[in-house]
Amino acid sequence: MVFLSSDRLNAGLLARFARRRLAPNRYDLIAMALIGAIAVLLVHGARQMNLPVAALHQTPVTLDLARLPEYALRSTLRMFAAILGSLLFTFVVATLAARSRKAELLIIPMLDIGQSIPVLSFIAFTLTFFVNLFPRSELGVELAAIFMVFTAQAWNMAFSFYQSLRTLPSDLEEVCRQFGLSPWQRFFKLELPFATPALIWNTMMSMSGGWFFVVASEAFTVGQTNYMLPGIGSWLAVAIQREDLAAVGWAVAAMAVIIIVYDQLLFRPIVAWADKFRFEMTASEIEPQSWFLDLLNRTRLAKRLLTPLSGWLGRLIPTRPRVVRSSRPLNPAAALWIDRVWALAVTAAVVWAVVTIGLFLIRHIVVRDVLEAFQDGILTLLRVAVLIVIASLIWVPIGVWIGLRPQWAQRVQALAQFLAAFPANVVFPFAIMAIVALRLDPDIWLSPLIILGTQWYILFNVVAGASAIPTDLREAAGIFRVRSWQRWRDLILPGIMPFYVTGALTASGGSWNASVVAEFVSWGSTTLKARGLGAYIAQATAAGDIPRVALGATVMSLFVIVLNRSLWRPLYNYAEDRFRLT
Amino acid sequence: MTLTLEAPAEATPLVEVHGLRHVYGAGKSGPGLVVLDDVNVSLRDHEIVGLLGRSGSGKSTLLRSIAGLITPSEGEVRINNPSGDAGQSAVAMVFQSFALFPWLTVEKNVELGLEAKGLAPEVRRKRTLAAIDLIGLDGFENAYPKELSGGMRQRVGLARALVVEPAVLLMDEPFSALDVLTAETLRTDLVDLWTEGRMPIRSILMVTHNIEEAVLMCDRVLVFSSNPGRVVAEVEVDLPRPRHRLDPSFRALVDDLYGRMTTQPKPTSAQQGARTGTPGLGVALAVLDTDTLASMIERLVTPPNDGEADLADLAAHLQMEADELLPIAETLQLMRFADMAGRTLRLTPAGRRYEAADVDRRKQIFAQHLLAYVPLARHIRSVLDESPSHQAPASRFREELEESMSPAYAEETIEAIVTWGRYAEIFAYHEDDDRFSLDDPA
Repeated sequence: MVFLSSDRLNAGLLARFARRRLAPNRYDLIAMALIGAIAVLLVHGARQMNLPVAALHQTPVTLDLARLPEYALRSTLRMFAAILGSLLFTFVVATLAARSRKAELLIIPMLDIGQSIPVLSFIAFTLTFFVNLFPRSELGVELAAIFMVFTAQAWNMAFSFYQSLRTLPSDLEEVCRQFGLSPWQRFFKLELPFATPALIWNTMMSMSGGWFFVVASEAFTVGQTNYMLPGIGSWLAVAIQREDLAAVGWAVAAMAVIIIVYDQLLFRPIVAWADKFRFEMTASEIEPQSWFLDLLNRTRLAKRLLTPLSGWLGRLIPTRPRVVRSSRPLNPAAALWIDRVWALAVTAAVVWAVVTIGLFLIRHIVVRDVLEAFQDGILTLLRVAVLIVIASLIWVPIGVWIGLRPQWAQRVQALAQFLAAFPANVVFPFAIMAIVALRLDPDIWLSPLIILGTQWYILFNVVAGASAIPTDLREAAGIFRVRSWQRWRDLILPGIMPFYVTGALTASGGSWNASVVAEFVSWGSTTLKARGLGAYIAQATAAGDIPRVALGATVMSLFVIVLNRSLWRPLYNYAEDRFRLT
Repeated sequence: MTLTLEAPAEATPLVEVHGLRHVYGAGKSGPGLVVLDDVNVSLRDHEIVGLLGRSGSGKSTLLRSIAGLITPSEGEVRINNPSGDAGQSAVAMVFQSFALFPWLTVEKNVELGLEAKGLAPEVRRKRTLAAIDLIGLDGFENAYPKELSGGMRQRVGLARALVVEPAVLLMDEPFSALDVLTAETLRTDLVDLWTEGRMPIRSILMVTHNIEEAVLMCDRVLVFSSNPGRVVAEVEVDLPRPRHRLDPSFRALVDDLYGRMTTQPKPTSAQQGARTGTPGLGVALAVLDTDTLASMIERLVTPPNDGEADLADLAAHLQMEADELLPIAETLQLMRFADMAGRTLRLTPAGRRYEAADVDRRKQIFAQHLLAYVPLARHIRSVLDESPSHQAPASRFREELEESMSPAYAEETIEAIVTWGRYAEIFAYHEDDDRFSLDDPA
């Protein structure tokens, strides 16, 4: 899922950053080749192993209401495992990219491509790979699901951390150097706090996008094997199999409870707490509030426990031994050699990658397959494009209407964020049932499912944009009686433009992912299919046809990357340049 | 550069700087911009020395070289720190922007340097509270910087520097981000602490572009030239403390320093221009509003001024600092609307004509002078005239300028010429695609 931060503090930095690398460079190609080769290798590994893993012990998932809380908890734990992994990944990879120029040249395009890849299309690979790692236990499936969620979340978090590290305020950096802070002290005093607001925002957005993948990755069929992990997703899968509408209703309710609880007990407290890390010398106008944080702050016990802990942690941070600076630059000859070795290593890796991919393609794929995948890709592209336009026509006027009314905006904003976090695949069965019952054409009527979960990004960004239109501009427009179309053209559309583009681009990225689960659905024994790349991948996955899954996933990644580079990013830069009011 | 810590010797200066030269951006693109050239400075025990100069004179670079934040291209910085105690530092710096960590409380901000030294928490706390107390911040220990006024923030910056007991306190325009009254209070407080000997430091080196501030606080003032930065004068200030701004000897010193700042050798435009195709193109222009220029011309004929005025008087009247006033005066001189002789700014006949004219006539006069005396304006205009489409990308001129000045100056120069060109209506500039054109509707 593509996600560019809609954090207003960070947006300017992001724009500058995005502009720098609009055109793909050779490092993009290198990164793409390496990622492709790794995927091929995973498949290769999977083929070596003799599927199906029949001996896999699985606890059967039942539709027993008493077990639903446990399932909900397990889904939540999976989410937290993924987010912890993403944070770890972020700290290591982003720090590496910010510290080393050579690492940066490879890591940044990899992150960029990573966030463009529709991860659901890769589920067959990750499943077979992890099951292969732990053939006789559920751990492999468990890890595969967590890894799926991780790959949907980690990229934008790492990006945001990297950007923060690259834009540290120079005077504070000078203070650190002047007083001789050790690298660890510098990390905890300067780098981490400075990066915190953007990182938390991105983590929260990642989590909210992540529920969709938690649900999607808990129940999957690859070839002959059915994988079921106890959780809301598998509960849902069983309910669909048995055509049990009540059970679907319970899943919806459980999901809603999870999201509300996580919002109240985790999201809000952390955002309210992180407000102090905003790098601004003025207090924020509307301070984020959280009753749970207030409660924690008032309890004596929590403080008793936390204060010594932080002191103890503080002592762990090593100070710098008092030495005079001696960061002499490497002598030029040595530096040259290191550069050469590096270049050689990268070249070798690329040659290996190209050979691996080439062999794989020659062995398994014929030209007709490629053509078919591209045709299906164009159908899905059409679907996504039409739906983005329709969703925009609906939500932009509504979002503007709400955004211009502050008393409404805040409440609707919370609702829209809730809906964006709510995994749309949980409510798919209702729509599928309706299509089956009314005998509608699945090619058309399955399409709205693609945007069911992602349209809310458009709504809440437009609401945010409309409420950010300065009052003086609105008053000026009012005094000069600027009305109807002129008002939209000169005031409202320019005002919401950067926000709308962010929302639409997020929605579009999410929709590609959703197509994998939305174009090929079933209800009991009935299976509905809308022709498109998502269905292509889903069908190939269900049939265990790994080469075709790989082909579909690659084509989809290509579509998304090309779309991002040629449409969304230029649009985003343009909107940021021209219409950002600061 | 070598940084040496040595045992004290009688009459050895605390800080010695020899033959310092610093070049920015040297390498592939060209020779780079020389910001400091052959600078020799020494700081003795127990004195306050001011580095006075215009922006671009490399004062801050010198200060950062001494602080160890920049490694100069050539030359030597020697700090003779008598007490090499682990709890003390050779130097500590106060920043113009305060440079406080917004997520740390006042106490934690002040404690930063001590924590870096790895001192025990009890020792840190004791010294931190003492420094907070000394600088008049008690009661604010738990406040976050965003809750404080600018003056209070800079007090935190001062306490943070003092708590590490540096031999030399470095200050980079410490009061220039504050309003006039607050700045004055902080200056007085600091001078009081200094004269009473209550600060755990031996000497102060401060960068400033405010002449009165330098005379008020310093024992010695070093005047810097710009482009490249060199020490052009050294003035002892032997007025008794406390000093008073209205004291005639104080005024005399301020006037003297004004003179030294204005009569410094100007960047040799002819020589710089010689490197580019068009002569005179190497002059960096200051971004000034045409209304500012107009009102300065008007001010020169407003009684008691009769077509001329003393720069120091003007500055005092307009509450402007030398750094703000001098670019205006120099731009008027460049365009031949005024002459600068020593400290006196005198209107030329053209300046008087401009003053007497109405809006349209003023634009015409301005356009004539712009084309006649600002080579860049003439150059852009002729390129536009010759081009068949009557347009040209701004990047072209920016690149030409960058042959003789830093990219930052080139950008400012373009910005200035855009503003003036638009006012004079001699060409138009389009921000969307960064190009100049002849604004001919036909």
